[in-house]
Amino acid sequence: MIATYTRRELMVVAAAREIRDGEVVFVGMRLPLLGFGLAKATHAPNAVGLFENGVIRDRPAEAFIYTMGDPPNIAGAVACLGLNDVMSLLQQGRVDVGFIGGAEIDPLGNLNTTRTSASGSLVRLPGSGGGGDIASLAGRTVLIMEHEPRRFREHVDYITSPGHFPGRRRGGPATLITTLGVFDLSGGGVRAVTLHPGVTPEQVRQATGFPLAIDETISATAPPSTDELAYIRKADPEGFWTGDTMKAG
Amino acid sequence: MHDGDAIALGLALESGIPFAAVHEIIRQQRRDLTLIGPISDMAFDQLIAAGTVAKVVAAWVGNVAGGSGYGFRRAYEQGVPRRIVMEDHSNFTVGLALKAAAMGLPYLPTFTGIGGDIVRGHPRIRPVDDPFGGPSLLAVAAVKPDVAIIHVQRADVQGNAHLWGNLGLTVEAVYAARRTIVSCEEIVPEEVIRSDPNRTVIPGFLTTTVVEEPGGALPSSVQGYWRRDFEPFLRYHQVSRTLDGFQAWLREWVLDLPDRQAYLRQMGPAAAEKLRVHDRRLAAAANFAP
Repeated sequence: MIATYTRRELMVVAAAREIRDGEVVFVGMRLPLLGFGLAKATHAPNAVGLFENGVIRDRPAEAFIYTMGDPPNIAGAVACLGLNDVMSLLQQGRVDVGFIGGAEIDPLGNLNTTRTSASGSLVRLPGSGGGGDIASLAGRTVLIMEHEPRRFREHVDYITSPGHFPGRRRGGPATLITTLGVFDLSGGGVRAVTLHPGVTPEQVRQATGFPLAIDETISATAPPSTDELAYIRKADPEGFWTGDTMKAG
Repeated sequence: MHDGDAIALGLALESGIPFAAVHEIIRQQRRDLTLIGPISDMAFDQLIAAGTVAKVVAAWVGNVAGGSGYGFRRAYEQGVPRRIVMEDHSNFTVGLALKAAAMGLPYLPTFTGIGGDIVRGHPRIRPVDDPFGGPSLLAVAAVKPDVAIIHVQRADVQGNAHLWGNLGLTVEAVYAARRTIVSCEEIVPEEVIRSDPNRTVIPGFLTTTVVEEPGGALPSSVQGYWRRDFEPFLRYHQVSRTLDGFQAWLREWVLDLPDRQAYLRQMGPAAAEKLRVHDRRLAAAANFAP
């Protein structure tokens, strides 16, 4: 059977697969909102999700959500607390894995979401949000990025969310999920684990502004299963988060 | 509200943003405000683009579903319509700064941010030793807003306020602020508030002013009252790319309207009705009998 899915649907699936059953997850904005729900609905039914607005859930949101504060993410929650409550759990070490997005990344997994002059003129980005906190305090972090050369830089202009550095208390970047593949960051460099179907090592090298390790016999990211796709399309029926076209056979 | 005030708002994060108050601040042409909050969705962007703001103390300024805040970018990158000072934070350091003020403390210590650039040379965050011999930390100095503005489901005339759903930094900001404006969907008899005191997040003696303003948080959501109206976020994101586009938006949705009731009329009754929550999913009653 030929499965058709989008690149973002594959990224959501890859994000969900980073969540192990029973883990406490600090869920970020955008794709992780779907990834958490997908993990809960499939292989990690006992995962618990913390949201920085203070919500704690052990079930996926009841309907499509644009943000973690949307009513379907509140109804049926286990608890609705404050930001400092969930951040305190994070600081204490009670969170196994957290998700962060970034505009720019370097080989140590430092993320910049604050400001950049990479294009020649100053561009102000929105800022940290909870990203800097998750990067500092989670047991491990999963990073989600668009894979473009201007975003993959030897040095980022500003470290909003710290990656690996000497003296780190705990955690640090474990996995990077991009529009091209899944990468291991745990060793303090970037090593390709799988490339998305149809993506070549050369394509990844050209899209990455620093050297990275890719085995020429690297395998492809496992495509979404029928069940995974069914969940995503129920949770994001109009493809708001997961639309774009990537057809694969 | 005075020119130069430090105002905390957008404290529940994406829901309950007091947009009616935000738009009234713009209509009153307040100047030199400091904005304090974790993320603000597009409320901070609108206040900045309208020229009311001198300084922002926040973790994130943009449009949650859209990304960049173009008004914020124009002010930061080009000084249009005026220069702003940005004090960058993470969500937790905003929370700790408000919590310290709420507790009457000069600062609170934390491990967040170590190894990153936010805390480097920060005016309000400095390294501090643990007096008990543990690893060193960062001290986040208190932030005391002049005014906190919140939008809740219901309050009584004394300003005792019930809020349910995500709280974000609502409680910390109100406890820290010198004055608090409570905007609410409904003014209810005080017996309603006293029937469920655990749901009172703001005791009335901290409230300076209470305003009944149904729909006052639209297009953001209010649990049990309003769903999120996505379209205005997307439209604002598109039109605010240019200064002309922003100014046209500002005239249509803020300056040419006298108040929130006019905003709701301009949305159209059918559109407003579609967003109103009619379903009932009531919490089980809690027995407070002595």
